[in-house]
Amino acid sequence: MEDKSQLLNFTIPQLLRWRVKETGEKVALREKDFGYWNNYTWNDFYDRVRKIALGLDDLGLKKGDKLALIGDNIPEMLFMAIGMQSIGAISAGIYQTSLPDEIAELINYMDVTAVFCNDQEQVDKLVEVRDRIPQVKLVIYEDPRGMRSYRSDDWFLFIEDLYRTGEKVQQRDPERYDQLIDMGNPDDVCHFCLTSGTTGLPKASMMTHRNYINMGIQITKVDKLEKTDEYLSFLPFAWIGEQMNSFGVAMATGITINFPESVETSMEDLREIGPHFMFGAPRIYETIRSQIWLKIDESYWINRWFYEKFIKIGEKAARYRMSGEQMPASLRFMAWLGKILVFDPLINQIGLRRLRRAYTGGAALGPELFTFYQAIGVNLKQIYGQTEITGIAYMHRDGDVRPDTVGKPLPATECEISEEGEILSRSPSACVGYYKRDEQTEELLEGGWLHSGDAGYIDENGHLVVIDRVSDVMHNSKGEMFSPMFLENKLKFSPYIKEAVIFGDKREFVSALINIDPIVVGKWAEDRGISFTTYMDLSGKSEVVELIKGAVLDVNERAEKDHFKIKRFAVLYKLLDMDDGELTKTGKIRRKFVMEKYKDLYDTLYDEGVSRKKVEAFIQYQDGQSTTVEAEMSFYTMEGVA
Amino acid sequence: MEKLAISDVTLSFGGLMALSDVSLDVQPGLITSVIGPNGAGKTSLLNCISGFYHPTSGDIYYGDHKLNKASPHRVSSLGIARAFQNIELFGGMTVLDNLMLARHQKLRYSLLHAMVYFGKASGEESKNRRYVEEVIDFMELEPYRKHTVGNLSYGIQKRVEVARALTLAPHLLLLDEPMAGMNIEEKEDMVRFIIDIQKEREATVVLVEHDLGVVMDISDYIYVLDFGVLIGSGTPEEVVKIPQVVEAYIGED
Repeated sequence: MEDKSQLLNFTIPQLLRWRVKETGEKVALREKDFGYWNNYTWNDFYDRVRKIALGLDDLGLKKGDKLALIGDNIPEMLFMAIGMQSIGAISAGIYQTSLPDEIAELINYMDVTAVFCNDQEQVDKLVEVRDRIPQVKLVIYEDPRGMRSYRSDDWFLFIEDLYRTGEKVQQRDPERYDQLIDMGNPDDVCHFCLTSGTTGLPKASMMTHRNYINMGIQITKVDKLEKTDEYLSFLPFAWIGEQMNSFGVAMATGITINFPESVETSMEDLREIGPHFMFGAPRIYETIRSQIWLKIDESYWINRWFYEKFIKIGEKAARYRMSGEQMPASLRFMAWLGKILVFDPLINQIGLRRLRRAYTGGAALGPELFTFYQAIGVNLKQIYGQTEITGIAYMHRDGDVRPDTVGKPLPATECEISEEGEILSRSPSACVGYYKRDEQTEELLEGGWLHSGDAGYIDENGHLVVIDRVSDVMHNSKGEMFSPMFLENKLKFSPYIKEAVIFGDKREFVSALINIDPIVVGKWAEDRGISFTTYMDLSGKSEVVELIKGAVLDVNERAEKDHFKIKRFAVLYKLLDMDDGELTKTGKIRRKFVMEKYKDLYDTLYDEGVSRKKVEAFIQYQDGQSTTVEAEMSFYTMEGVA
Repeated sequence: MEKLAISDVTLSFGGLMALSDVSLDVQPGLITSVIGPNGAGKTSLLNCISGFYHPTSGDIYYGDHKLNKASPHRVSSLGIARAFQNIELFGGMTVLDNLMLARHQKLRYSLLHAMVYFGKASGEESKNRRYVEEVIDFMELEPYRKHTVGNLSYGIQKRVEVARALTLAPHLLLLDEPMAGMNIEEKEDMVRFIIDIQKEREATVVLVEHDLGVVMDISDYIYVLDFGVLIGSGTPEEVVKIPQVVEAYIGED
């Protein structure tokens, strides 16, 4: 394998110059416009970036200035970002879905003096808050549609005019661009990436050129990419994952980045491009699976029959493949048959046929989704990391994919678990801190390690298992750590369980209050001739409790550690609801509130002698009336749990 | 751009007077709306302009061209296009095919060329495809390009209907209730499209519409019809003050 470590001494614009010398005539970017895929070679790419840089330089922008980028993914977004970086300035991504107030706040926080918008929609947001962002001197736009009334105002600049200015400078002073980018240092801050802060205070992570380039090199050490590989850019550019590819991976390897025609068409464009690798949040993979199920459902009976038959074989084979174990010959033959008869044609229709690797990150993905993708021949792998470490610190290796873990550390990444159970990492891709947030920066980089704020542990295979945010984990009476959310998610992977609340902080064992899913369990009961009237009635059926017991047993069997096992559970007579204050507006459990409201049940869960108990259920109707109903609840003790 | 002048147009079906002595001017480059209650003769007026009906008496001039007896295809060759109230698309064909077909008037090759589909024919087709793609981009129909029209939602079909009219590169666009049956969001989109058609594609727009709010917002000039008779006209501010208009259209309070 060629050694790419010399690239670490480049800045992003210098890397682009190097790339152009290597494969200047190869297609670098491709954008669908007016129904056709239009190509930009690396030469074109470089030429645009140079024009932008020289144009901005001519307009008086200088090292250290900040330019915000707002809009859908288009090649111009990259031209602008790298053009800015060429003159030593800093680009900053803002999500295109942000509201005007938010944008004003972010612009002021990051001291942005120029903004690039892709279209009128984004420009209008800035116009709305113009008097609150007086330091912004320039708004550059790409799509002239709807901009007619702004033309006379020199606050706005059409990107084509910027190209023309840059072109003139280039003719006047052909050495200028090289001089500019030679002044750059790989350790300069080049981009601000907003972190998905849950605290309300925006934080911009200061990323250096080396952060991105190192990431590009290290990822491709694990999963090699060919120059001819295709990538579809459909994640928001303000997200670290997209920058990681555009600034790091693409230029280090020479792959082609494809830009969809519009956000709405990206799934169709995916099919046309057939990328070789992709990144996405779990939601994307869930959407694609639903699409596949829908297609199968609408298909001919013979297709359905084949699918049903081979998906089971595929899943069995997937389990062998993921763990890297040797498959029996008969299974290998059947899996191969399924691949050529069913799965290859199937994933070809979605555009995943050429996909060598699909990565998921950002949130937990159900193990059955993993198995599903592996079964249909899509090599789905988990990654783990955060914005502050340029996206990835851990990832699965091929043939060693375990659905419950996030894999092993990336090369050149040191990882450790602190005494409190927090995941710490150290790598050339770790950012230098948050902009203007010294206190948080200190917390983040305390002791030279990057503090993730996530709790986790390394399992016996050397894989990292992420449990929860450090602030959310609980400890049992023996002081052993566990995460309520982690266990709740495991329970919720069962289709019969809608919601679950885990208790056990400072107690001797873990217990759970469970909500059944009324639709799925209702259907299940109907199919078995179990009659019921209300949710409360259904929840109390002994058959239903047995069903849930099976699900709990399943979770216990797969528990990584003994103290994760759920010892006692009860099925709650009502669904947890936002209106009753039991859930937050985003659907998360308000644990403390639930515990206080159902104090009686909580106490009974820890009173092992009780198996049935009459409880008074207080019910408030939508019209404000309330009533108290008596319900009998069962409390189950799982056998074999200490 | 030319002015559309309608003078003393009367249209009768036997004893029924659909339009009686209607005179109105459509100034180039503006959005002119025609409003009125159901059966007021709005669509009949559009039918007269587009050559569907021929007025019983009176004159219709588009610049120097007299349209009294003009056939629909001649009207459209003069650069007048129309989007219908009841969507008139081929439901079994894709959006792209509908739009390409609408442009057949602009295709300049013979049957022989079409049969070999080489040189001129394919060149013409790709030139037209390019134009159609611009319209698709303009009307934001990219996600539906290859979808069968019949499977699309009503709001999107309406947009395709307007796009179909736009593929003829009209100087004068007749829109017959483009917002009927749409939800608020779809209406907002359509309003933006209409303004963009006027400003960016530099077309004159004649709008027949029931949604008074929309009409008042975007029209440069409004004509009010009631039972085939023109009962008032003016800018939006003027029209709302005409007592007859209030009575006939908005109703008394």
